[in-house]
Amino acid sequence: MTDSTDSATFLASPAGDAALVTGMDQSVKGQSVWASAWGELRRMPLFWTAAVLIVIFVVMAAFPSLFTNKDPDFADLRLAREKPDGNAWFGYDSQGYDVYARTIYGARSSILVGIFATAFTLVFGSLVGIVSGYFGGWVDALLSRLGDIFFAIPLLLGGILVLYTFPSNLETPYLVVVLKVVGALAILGWPNIARLMRSSVLQVKPNDYVQAARALGATPGRIIVSHILPNSLAPVIVVSTINLGAFIATEATLSFLGIGLQPPAISWGLAISDASGIGLIRVAPHMLLFPALFLSLTVLAFIMLGDAVRDALDPKFR
Amino acid sequence: MPGEVILKAENLVKYYPIQAGVLRRTVGQVKAVDGVSFELHKGETLGIVGESGCGKSTLGRMLMRLEEPTGGKLTFNGVDVYSQRGAAMRRLRRDIQIVFQDPYTSLNPRKTVGDIIGEPFEIHPDAVPKGGRRRRVQELLDLVGLNPEHINRYPHQFSGGQRQRIGIARGVALNPKVLICDEPVSALDVSVQAQVVNLLEKLQDELGLAYVFIAHDLSVVRHISDRVGVMYLGKMVELGDEDQIYSRPTHPYTQALLSAVPVPDPTLRNTRRQIVLSGDVPSPANPPSGCRFHTRCFKAQARCSTDDPALVLRPDGEGAHESACHFAEARAVI
Repeated sequence: MTDSTDSATFLASPAGDAALVTGMDQSVKGQSVWASAWGELRRMPLFWTAAVLIVIFVVMAAFPSLFTNKDPDFADLRLAREKPDGNAWFGYDSQGYDVYARTIYGARSSILVGIFATAFTLVFGSLVGIVSGYFGGWVDALLSRLGDIFFAIPLLLGGILVLYTFPSNLETPYLVVVLKVVGALAILGWPNIARLMRSSVLQVKPNDYVQAARALGATPGRIIVSHILPNSLAPVIVVSTINLGAFIATEATLSFLGIGLQPPAISWGLAISDASGIGLIRVAPHMLLFPALFLSLTVLAFIMLGDAVRDALDPKFR
Repeated sequence: MPGEVILKAENLVKYYPIQAGVLRRTVGQVKAVDGVSFELHKGETLGIVGESGCGKSTLGRMLMRLEEPTGGKLTFNGVDVYSQRGAAMRRLRRDIQIVFQDPYTSLNPRKTVGDIIGEPFEIHPDAVPKGGRRRRVQELLDLVGLNPEHINRYPHQFSGGQRQRIGIARGVALNPKVLICDEPVSALDVSVQAQVVNLLEKLQDELGLAYVFIAHDLSVVRHISDRVGVMYLGKMVELGDEDQIYSRPTHPYTQALLSAVPVPDPTLRNTRRQIVLSGDVPSPANPPSGCRFHTRCFKAQARCSTDDPALVLRPDGEGAHESACHFAEARAVI
């Protein structure tokens, strides 16, 4: 078994619980759920398309200067609303900024907000969902009612509330502003995932293979990691990837309302809300088109990744 | 052939509370299992039969301690099962294992056969030394009549009968002394049923297992069992060896049950009289007073609705076996 060593190392990271992994016998394991899912992913064109797109956007967010040598903060009012040409591929916006440069530099905020908010809701929501679904009783009642409280607050209204309670000004560091937006979205977004996770755990729990593991004397931790989690993760992954786009769009709305990211910060959300004035869409559609296109591509890439992971986790699709 | 007693159930009781209202007050109880006692001897097969909802599956789950009992005592080799905790309970679980009814939900669809049959060794690492586990899994596959090379396949690549064999391999992986078979063949085609029953008999001979074989198919139970217990509404109504139950049943419920067994010979079809019971099984939330069967019994008299008959030895013509009927009387129905 040459691949048993690399499957074991891969297993350690997503399972996240070293204590559970060390007890496993590599020769019997052969391939774990996660290791065989990775083996499957490697052969999927969908996965590679999504991965390439995501890598491009992440590099764009980290090193925008690799993609353009223009200064996104330089504006020339004489060029305002000029159409795309050889000099400025995406044209100029209503302040005379270069749309291409600003779209490249805008990737950072949008991707940070999208990824962090999704990661937080996915991890925290799944955890709450698993605990309340698996253990039930008063733990479930407590966590579910707590989630209901946050669920009852509309995302936008709650976002306004949080961001007004912790206002930012021009001196606030960029990352802190981003994290405030992430916090607002995550606090209001996790109950959605928790509910979904809870309901899929409730579906998986009564299956005989879970009972068989109990009959063998498996601990709750072991049952959750090796039986409940792999069988209840699919819907959560799909919804999370769709949420990622929704979070980026909500960030745009918050910025539009003047409480999210503020100029001079650059983000796709800000650019889209700038370009969405009634007259502007007709006069300078390129102002809206390009940031919106990048936003859509990012969301699409993550949705494709989510689909690929879901399929790879299910042996029936092989 | 009765060997020493390995598993002893004394007056097992399981009530499920019925809750209602906002405050989840308990307004009643479903009496799923209500005072069942029996002994299981080393290497024998005890069949448990009864219609749907009579509590036989709940009984099986109680024997596995997948359900905590409302009352009663279960001893395995002299050890009180329900008072064990933690590591001691986990050790005890090695000796009592289960095979489930539905081979489509009893195997994790995302695990390979090797992982499924190897799981017992991960939970009990001392059962087989680390290096030998894969070989042991392949031996088990061979033992239950599957190709050992299919160790890396997934459950959906197997048929129902093959899946049930995988479930059996997992059940016997830790060399248990007792295997609870909860309707192990009722989800399978008839031809496959025979193969799986034969496999279970072969394993019993080779491994010296004792079976509690829960089923509603009387012919299958007769084929595999040394002794048979008949359950009705959470109670054992008759208990005896295979011949006593099938040739000289004394409880009217057993007689009615046996008279419903289809006879494969068309010339005999009109020669025997079927006992057709009226009505449905009463609700276990509100069981009848006295003998639970009196509402549907063709022999019922006034006494039956007040006195609950005990499961004691009653004469059956040739000898005596345990029956819970005031008017127990042998009657050949097959």
